[in-house]
Amino acid sequence: MTASAQPATIGEAPHRVDFEIIPPRGLLVVGLVLAGLVAAVATNRLWALDFFHVVGGGMWTALDLFLGFVLGPIMGRLSIPARTEFTTRFMPTMILIMPTLVVATLAAGWQLARHLGYLNASYSHHGWVVASMIVVAVMAVVALGILEPANLAVLFELKKPQPNGEVIAKLMRRFIYSAGITGAMQVVTLVIMTRLATT
Amino acid sequence: MTVRATTTGTAGDNPAPAPSAANRRLPPIAEVAVGSVVLMLTGGVYLAAHLPGHPPLGPAEGLVIGGGALSLADLAMLSRIRPFSWPTFFLVARWALLAYGVIAGMLEYVFVFDHTRGATLVVLTVALAVFAIDVPTILAFTVARYQETTPPPTRVHNGWL
Repeated sequence: MTASAQPATIGEAPHRVDFEIIPPRGLLVVGLVLAGLVAAVATNRLWALDFFHVVGGGMWTALDLFLGFVLGPIMGRLSIPARTEFTTRFMPTMILIMPTLVVATLAAGWQLARHLGYLNASYSHHGWVVASMIVVAVMAVVALGILEPANLAVLFELKKPQPNGEVIAKLMRRFIYSAGITGAMQVVTLVIMTRLATT
Repeated sequence: MTVRATTTGTAGDNPAPAPSAANRRLPPIAEVAVGSVVLMLTGGVYLAAHLPGHPPLGPAEGLVIGGGALSLADLAMLSRIRPFSWPTFFLVARWALLAYGVIAGMLEYVFVFDHTRGATLVVLTVALAVFAIDVPTILAFTVARYQETTPPPTRVHNGWL
């Protein structure tokens, strides 16, 4: 979640756009995905678990890399009104999408690893599995401790009658530092997962 | 004790200027909560790396107790901040609690489904519970610290205003 609405000049007030911080219709989709996840875990069917893990993980990784290294720099070059409008339309959906993808990937991945015997210490590549847990833990700390709070705070700031550009700029600076960490961790995740899938 | 929010302006005999949202200096609530999350995740990874076996619980218990203590200290510190945008804090906190309660519940469901039992399940459950409190605290505090502040409730007679 690395999109930004960084003002060109610190202190410059962005335009105010009316929007919903949490889109209610999106909650229905989240509910359906979580219900499917519960069903996949309950039935313990290999295909369903693999589906949630691969699709969720692929989308999570792709979104993080795309936002961090493609969309983020493009947004940085947009005009302030364009950036503000994009942020207010885009970030509310991301607030729902990212946690849903993360929980689907992790819960299905855990169950899948158990199903396939990857969690057993005797598994020849158990070290890679543990490494993936550590990578996920680092990403969780960055996402939950830096990215998501800043995203939410920016959306609340943009809801104000007169958004404070200084506050938005301060919050968005966090993205610059954390996007690199998240991107690097996602690359490491790709290496670990492709190793596990091919050995 | 009351932790007062301050600005970066100069102190003197004159009344302090109204705190600027961007420049307010507040206790490190989010940082301490992140520290707690780190301890919880470390404990979780330690246990998860040993499941489905029965690892020694000492390290995990230490990490969870440490994280829980950090969270309690954090909440105590938070409750003493004056002034603060409590309506915004609770607005975000209750929705975040719901969301992260669901996420923690999903993970708990997977552990229970996998027949994790006994002391290991207790440690994991406590870790998830603390996690489900820490994250809403981080989210709500980060949002509320940049909002207009409201005066603390004033006690009169038998109730609160």
